[in-house]
Amino acid sequence: MENLEKIILSLAPDAKIEENTQRFTATIAPEKLRKVAEGLKAKGFDYLMCLTGMDYKDSLGVIYHIAPSNDEANVIVLKTSTPDRETPNLPTVSDLWEIAYFYEREVYDFYGIIFTNHPDMRRLFLREDWKGFPFRKDYDANPALNPIPEKVPSVESFENVPTYSIDKDGKLVKKEYPLFSKDEYVVNFGPQHPSTHGVLHLRISLEGEIIKHIDPHFGYIHRGVEKMCESMTYPQMLYLTERLDYLCGTMNRHALCACIEKAAGIEVPARAQYVRTIIDELTRIASHLIGWACMCNDMGSITAFIYGMRDREKIMDIYEETAGGRLMVNYYVIGGLAADIHPNFQNRVKEFIPYMRKMIKEYHVLFTGNPIAYGRMKNIGILSKEKAVALGVTGPSGRASGWACDVRKIEPYAAYDKVNFEEVLHQEGGTFDRYMIRLEEIEQSLRIIEQLIDNIPDGDFKAKVPAIVKIPAGEYYQRVENARGDFSIYINSTGDKNPYRVKFRSPCLSLITALCPLCDKEKIADLIMISGSMDYVIPCVDR
Amino acid sequence: MLELDKFIEWIHSSLLYLIGLDWVVSLIEYVLIGVAFLSLYAVLALILIYVERKICAFFQCRLGPTRVGPWGLFQSIADMVKILLKEIIRIDKTDQLIFKVAPFIVIIGSFCTFGALQFGRGLHGVDFNVGLFYMLAISSLGVVGILLAGWASNNKYTLIGAMRSGAQLVSYELSAGISLLTMVIISGSLNLTDIIEGQANAWYIFQAPLPALIAFVIYLIAGHAETNRGPFDLPEAESELTAGYHTEYSGIQFGFFYLAEYLNMFIIAAIAATVFLGGWQPFHINADWAASFNGIMDCIPTWAWFFGKVFALIFLSLWVRWTFPRLRIDQLLKLEWKILMPISLVNLLLMAVWVLIF
Repeated sequence: MENLEKIILSLAPDAKIEENTQRFTATIAPEKLRKVAEGLKAKGFDYLMCLTGMDYKDSLGVIYHIAPSNDEANVIVLKTSTPDRETPNLPTVSDLWEIAYFYEREVYDFYGIIFTNHPDMRRLFLREDWKGFPFRKDYDANPALNPIPEKVPSVESFENVPTYSIDKDGKLVKKEYPLFSKDEYVVNFGPQHPSTHGVLHLRISLEGEIIKHIDPHFGYIHRGVEKMCESMTYPQMLYLTERLDYLCGTMNRHALCACIEKAAGIEVPARAQYVRTIIDELTRIASHLIGWACMCNDMGSITAFIYGMRDREKIMDIYEETAGGRLMVNYYVIGGLAADIHPNFQNRVKEFIPYMRKMIKEYHVLFTGNPIAYGRMKNIGILSKEKAVALGVTGPSGRASGWACDVRKIEPYAAYDKVNFEEVLHQEGGTFDRYMIRLEEIEQSLRIIEQLIDNIPDGDFKAKVPAIVKIPAGEYYQRVENARGDFSIYINSTGDKNPYRVKFRSPCLSLITALCPLCDKEKIADLIMISGSMDYVIPCVDR
Repeated sequence: MLELDKFIEWIHSSLLYLIGLDWVVSLIEYVLIGVAFLSLYAVLALILIYVERKICAFFQCRLGPTRVGPWGLFQSIADMVKILLKEIIRIDKTDQLIFKVAPFIVIIGSFCTFGALQFGRGLHGVDFNVGLFYMLAISSLGVVGILLAGWASNNKYTLIGAMRSGAQLVSYELSAGISLLTMVIISGSLNLTDIIEGQANAWYIFQAPLPALIAFVIYLIAGHAETNRGPFDLPEAESELTAGYHTEYSGIQFGFFYLAEYLNMFIIAAIAATVFLGGWQPFHINADWAASFNGIMDCIPTWAWFFGKVFALIFLSLWVRWTFPRLRIDQLLKLEWKILMPISLVNLLLMAVWVLIF
């Protein structure tokens, strides 16, 4: 902590260091932002974990969570804000951390903060002709302002990319350039397409089968979950988390529960912690199975797809017995679990472990050893470690590039500090590594479950929690490792029964951003395969 | 006793007896044969669709159709009725004429091969002296229809699918042709009757084991690629191009493509069975001690032999389809031009030497 303070003060002596915060927080003036950012980047802070837009009512601001990729526990929280509400502008950091390219577009979309010198200041989720910035506290949600258009304007009409810069007199200057030239062969890939894993829309410029450029469009199923949370009580918010990345619903819910519990000082019983860990790992297996199955399906092997779904069904049955839900398990509540585990739970899980091990062998025989499959995955879509860090590609995809980014190891939560497991790392970062790492992680998850299943402690499954949950004023940031990467929740509370601002860090957004550099000069068939190996889920991006 | 050639002769002679005029009898017979082929074509398609769904289901740990009729037997009939009743959606901004003609070209290409196929002793439409050549030529007409369909749909996905299809079919036609040519060396004739008669004592695959086996495997791979089915289903590639060249087609127009795909699978298997596995010839061992064994084999009717072999090969093709992932376009072309093509050329030489020596 003191070390971080020294770094910040050496870069910006007038930075305001906040006391009594969960993580090291410094507020700096917007003019200093570039200098501090460049300094931090040079000092090895190369992972921009999260970028959150804020409306402080009197000013608009941005919060940066930055950490070094080799020591992720050392998070620096930088805050900056501008009082201008008409044309608020801040300098971009997208040239330092590549992932900021999309994060800043999101902040612009919702808060209207213009990032100067950002190469592409289009909206990320909303349509280009949307009036107003919905996440501002003074946003007018009157439907008459943004009526449903009778005729939806064509995508092409929004492909003039604006960029802003500050000229010598300190004035904001807008420039526009076209995204695609007129004679390019641009294919709409999605939003209705069998292999986009949801409603993702990619505009792809092709040269024969070769991809020249990809421009992703998001927001087809954006529900404004973060905005909705601001008007909800904490227990109500839980139900939205499972609907973000529906394949790792329990982990997302775990993140929010843990965040609220830590903030409110609720001690979770050990029994609940153990069960949560087991259920999270089961979810990870289920999610990796779907990831594996869908990737095989994307490569044209429908049989492998059905095999994956068949085995995932066993996990869904375990859930159904204990929690009642299958996809939306709704099992965790603030303070513990909604109900105790089913008497049959332990037996069923113990039956599942050897079954899954046998099936993984079958997967390897069926697909991994297949010369066509191997030939297609080998040496395609290589993501270097530096690129993975710059793009914030965490989770199995990041570990396939050799980046040890497992939150379970870095900031252990629940019962992860009580179990032995390996953080599987590959070095090459190719599609085959991303493919293999999922199957290897299933193996590790089985190991974790094996260690815990017989040792679930007796006792309460839920702590005593007040009827109305309130958390003290302040800022809270909780990270968990979900099946796709670092899923974090940022809560800004004013001490009320509902939060002032909630931000979900979606691991899937960075997985999609990584598609663009990975697929450069590759073929369409590879795009499908690489996106399958990234294993993103769109509702996680379209929060 | 179950042979059908007697039955056909009986029809011919009774027609002659009843009508007496040669040309009228011929005319009636042409119509009858046409109707017979059309219904065979349709029935085979129904059977193949049912078989594929069931076999695929068992590969994937499922049950497949079970609801319509016992074991879901009437499922494909229900599907056929549905597809006949479906609306054909008229797509704007397409080249209407070519768009409508394309499915017919595809289906005519595959249907015409039936004319020369020999389904059993004396069970064939026309006995060409260049029957094998005719079948190769007519069955590769389908690619024209696919190209036209992809082009006329005025859709970027269909165009990519059609272009892939063009590259794929033209390439694989080569090694399929060369491997059949290899067998022509040993048969010495392009006439299908001669080819089948030449295998009365031993199928060609046993007559020249090494080169014939190589040619057989190459033909199966290349033929499988020509049917546009996985792992060579790039022109459709549902996970990449939604449905490839027939994305824009609906109703029976789509049905034609679908039908042609299944029947092409049958045709490729039929040609392979004819050229390599003796067509409708029973399995014979060419030795004195095996005379009684050969006699038993002869008891099975020839058409059963033919369909048995064809369905065995179709099963192989389904097995491959439901096991392998799809190739990428460059791997596909590499497989043909750098591997299959040189091997089949060398094999052609090998066969020539083999025939010269033995």
